[in-house]
Amino acid sequence: MSPADTTPALEVRDLALRFGRVTAFEHVNFDVEQGELFAVIGPNGAGKTSLFNVLSRVYAASAGTVRYFGQDLLRLRAWALAGAGIARTFQNLGLFAPLSVLENVLIGRHHLMSAGPVRAGVWLGPGRTEERAHRAAAREALEFLGIAQYADALVRELPFGIRKQVELARALAMEPRLVLLDEPVAGMSGDERAEVTALVRRLHGERGLTMLLVEHDMGMVMEVAQRVLVLDFGEVVAVGTPAEVQRDERVIRAYLGEEIDPAAEAEAAAEAARR
Amino acid sequence: MTQFLQLFFQGFALGCIYALVALGFTVIYRASQVINFAQGGMLLIGAYLVSVFATGTRLPFGVAVALAVLLLAAGAVSFQMIVLRRVIGQPVFVLVMITIGASIVIDAAIPAIFGGNPRLLGDPWGSSALHVGGVTLNWVRIWAVIVTALILAGFFVFDRFSRYGLAMRATAADEEAAAAVGVPVRRVYALSWAIAGAVAAAGGLFLAGFPNSPNPSLGDVALRAFPAIILGGLDSPLGAVVGGIVIGVVEVLTSGYAPSWLGANFSDIAPYVLMILVLFVRPYGLFGTRPVERL
Repeated sequence: MSPADTTPALEVRDLALRFGRVTAFEHVNFDVEQGELFAVIGPNGAGKTSLFNVLSRVYAASAGTVRYFGQDLLRLRAWALAGAGIARTFQNLGLFAPLSVLENVLIGRHHLMSAGPVRAGVWLGPGRTEERAHRAAAREALEFLGIAQYADALVRELPFGIRKQVELARALAMEPRLVLLDEPVAGMSGDERAEVTALVRRLHGERGLTMLLVEHDMGMVMEVAQRVLVLDFGEVVAVGTPAEVQRDERVIRAYLGEEIDPAAEAEAAAEAARR
Repeated sequence: MTQFLQLFFQGFALGCIYALVALGFTVIYRASQVINFAQGGMLLIGAYLVSVFATGTRLPFGVAVALAVLLLAAGAVSFQMIVLRRVIGQPVFVLVMITIGASIVIDAAIPAIFGGNPRLLGDPWGSSALHVGGVTLNWVRIWAVIVTALILAGFFVFDRFSRYGLAMRATAADEEAAAAVGVPVRRVYALSWAIAGAVAAAGGLFLAGFPNSPNPSLGDVALRAFPAIILGGLDSPLGAVVGGIVIGVVEVLTSGYAPSWLGANFSDIAPYVLMILVLFVRPYGLFGTRPVERL
């Protein structure tokens, strides 16, 4: 009997991103365990998006290592992520507007298909069975998200809320081992936010997916995340459960700013006047 | 009436050749936004390749054509991989300049290698024709129409119903998202050039048929397909077909029917006039996608 595989999905060590003299973030260390729902939060400009972009291989890191189930993640290019089992969503949606919903989800299975452009290039004969299996999987993902009825609609004709669900369905259909969510509820109304939050929770709970989400909305994160990492000005301020992080003084200070002490202010002003 | 049918048939056949030029161009543009000014030059190479294999070897004509198709497709992919990939990330204008350069090189290299005189194409139908009710239907033109229809049907099936057809359409819509979802974007680019090369070989084969022959000025004929490309829409394969046929028909019909006060060569500019008129109503061509910009 082999021991259970407990390799963390992600092991981030001393990760940094710098643009010349400007540091987006540095000294970032954290683990994401298999099956965990991990969130990265922080005020605007904290470096969350930059961190996400390094993990999703849009940017090259300036320093540090990231291990993905033991592999070196930083060695992979953006187009190799899907094949490695990593699905990512886009904040402003990365859907293909002129294609149908089903086609959008089906393309997520491209890396799972084996028929090349010449052999079984068209879905007839031997390629047909494979195609049917992939279509069924795509439909299943749509059904899980509750949007199977939109399968043949063109994405460009659909409202934002439905499109968001299509993007999540596609991520699910990619059969990922890790899902990276880029601000999933950004710019949403109350109802939409509640719906997406519930979907994220279902994807995590019912499918056991390991998820890392970057989000600005504290409330949403506190509802779904198991552990949270707080960034501020490119530095890690706290890592822990939502309850722990919410009580952390440094986190409160990061979001709400320093408390003004009237006595100290007056003294500093007097000091300046003396010089 | 027979004159009309005669001219219409010739125009339709010429339109099919234009459609092949336009299709090859559109496939590349749709996938990568590269304007391939060398598409006409590729047809020229295709015509010469067929001629060389059909007359220079003892291979059956069908095999000669298949070889030309494979070689030209491979050549197009090589061009994309060796030359264009080095300038990924540069403004599209740079790639356009490179394709213009390539077309100049082709136009100069062909007469340098083969001489300026017309060659024999070696096609089995030559100038033979079917005569139906006073209308002369040249076999080369009949075959042009049939083969074009087959190529278009094949392309349509590939585009809609195959793994890489879907991948190409996704790359055309949003390249970054396609890469993130696992589409091998580089392979899609290479594939689009391979298709353009293969289609150019077929186009060249018929372009160089009766009454033409493989000679260096064929590149200019292919250039006349540009109004078809613009009129149809730069990124629409359907537009390429419709545009090609419309332009071909208009060009030949005006050469037969245009009144003399319009000038002797009005048929040369008629395609451009039509293109401009269509652009007034449809600035992105009949089937081109109107870009939507998020502000």
